[in-house]
Amino acid sequence: MAASKARDAFSAGVRGLALAPIALVGSLLLFILSVVAIALIPAGVGVFTLPWALRGVRAHAERRTNLALRWSGVRIPPPRPAAPARPGLAGPFLRCAALLRDGATWRALRWLLADMTAGFLTAILPAVLLLYVVYGWAIALGAWRPLAGAGGVWFLFVHVTDRASGYAAAALGTAICVLGVFVGPALLRGHFRLTRALLAPSREIELERRVDRLTETRHDAVDASAAELRRIERDLHDGAQARLVAMGMDLGVVEALIEKDPQQARRLVATARAASAEALTELRDLVRGIHPPVLAERGLPDAVRALALRLPVPTEVTVDVPHGARAEAPVESAAYFAVSELLTNAVKHAGADRLWVDVSYARGALRVLVGDNGGGGAKAGAGGGLSGVERRLGTFDGVLAVSSPVGGPTVVTMEIPCALS
Amino acid sequence: MRVVLAEDLFLLRDGLVRMLEAFSFEILAAVESGPELTRALSELTPDVAIVDVRLPPSHTDEGLQCALAARRARPGLPVLVLSQHVEQLYARELLADGTGGVGYLLKDRVFDAEQFIDAVRRVAGGGTAMDPQVIQQLLARRERDRPLGMLTPREREVMELMAQGRSNTAIAERLVVTERAVAKHTSNIFAKLGLPVSDDDNRRVLAVLAHLDRG
Repeated sequence: MAASKARDAFSAGVRGLALAPIALVGSLLLFILSVVAIALIPAGVGVFTLPWALRGVRAHAERRTNLALRWSGVRIPPPRPAAPARPGLAGPFLRCAALLRDGATWRALRWLLADMTAGFLTAILPAVLLLYVVYGWAIALGAWRPLAGAGGVWFLFVHVTDRASGYAAAALGTAICVLGVFVGPALLRGHFRLTRALLAPSREIELERRVDRLTETRHDAVDASAAELRRIERDLHDGAQARLVAMGMDLGVVEALIEKDPQQARRLVATARAASAEALTELRDLVRGIHPPVLAERGLPDAVRALALRLPVPTEVTVDVPHGARAEAPVESAAYFAVSELLTNAVKHAGADRLWVDVSYARGALRVLVGDNGGGGAKAGAGGGLSGVERRLGTFDGVLAVSSPVGGPTVVTMEIPCALS
Repeated sequence: MRVVLAEDLFLLRDGLVRMLEAFSFEILAAVESGPELTRALSELTPDVAIVDVRLPPSHTDEGLQCALAARRARPGLPVLVLSQHVEQLYARELLADGTGGVGYLLKDRVFDAEQFIDAVRRVAGGGTAMDPQVIQQLLARRERDRPLGMLTPREREVMELMAQGRSNTAIAERLVVTERAVAKHTSNIFAKLGLPVSDDDNRRVLAVLAHLDRG
């Protein structure tokens, strides 16, 4: 317990010492560069130097963002991607105007100011507090002698002039060091919290981004469901409905023929029965396409197991979801059809002889991995078969990641935030 | 023969009752929900239970769960499960205890009354009645396996019927061949698939299914 506290304090000190010069010198230089660049805009030169300076600021902030997560677990949301360079003569001017209008630019400058002052202090303090013990004992164990000759020295509020006051300084230094052990890591975390508070986009901007994303996914969802309804309507119209009509016609003829030509009537009854069986099969397939029966009855894990049993390639399914817990029906359905599509792709294109699916639930998200030992080379993104799956998941804020080096194996990971009931 | 029937759709339940009565079965109870079925199976002693997979109040696989629970309470209790769709997953669960006396059929199979009644009798007698669709799914999956490829078309037909749970006599009737011919086919099949020869109908089916399942 005590040992781990001391270790944490020590590492906070070392990390703070590494951060302090970056915070002081790096932020100061970048601030000056940026301000000079802005001041040079009326002269025309700034138009070219400002994007360059801000690129440096961005890299500086990004490095700090990474360290915040690695060292103190402070998550700082990434900034919006920089506006792309525009071609043509007016390009640099437009770009410069966009940068000046962007709140992120001014936030970054404000942060640089704070970073070279408060940021520097919070970075250096964890180390300084620890080092007080060395300083205090150095005085107590002899350094007071020459210092006393020169009129003594102030150790904080202790005036050291003799051996006794030297020991008082040592005691005070030890106490400060102990304090440092307790507050050091918190100070370092404070440093990163300060960075987050000043650098992170405001709630308003976050919400704006969220609205953009929701608008996009809502469009996708509406389009997808309209297409789905059209498909169902067409399938019913051309399939089951047509067969039932044919059946009715057959039965009508049977009615007329039953006495005149029983032989022919019997044949028609057989056709009608076959048509009814086919209509049933079609309806069954249609239902499976809308909401698979096992999914409705058992939920996602068993539905995936049932799916695996129907595939021509041996498929292993592992599940780590609380038994009997169900996600909401639309989420289950989206996950199921995504898995189904991925498995179908793997069977068709990967040339794999073994597939596997892993379904688990952790930290408020359903996570499904679909893997195969095939040739690899699958791509996410526009146009590919995977973009449809991605859009389907997007409606639920789900994400999809593909790892598919040429030569395989391919692993597709899906994550959908949801609650289980 | 005494039957307990569970089916939530009135029309289908009514039709089944009439069909079974026409073939001189005695209906001990015809219920429409899971809890009623559980009560009927624990209080009455039917020779066979005919159960719809999906039953109220949950409208999930409640019928199947009730049937499996009743079979755990009374091993070997003959149960014929009917469903709007057939899934290997459920077929496996029914066959898992290996005691036989189970059936799993699509609801449409009642269209052919005689075959359906034959299946009910087979299950009641401790045999099995697996839907051809389940068997075809299994076969399709094993298409690429060599042992199945070695079967002649006629042997494949015989194996499909055997996997459904039919006896040699019934297979001979279906394919319009002599029983001796069927016996010859079955022993060829057993030899090609490396299965232990067995006369017991139920073990025969389980052996075939186990082989299809492997890998």
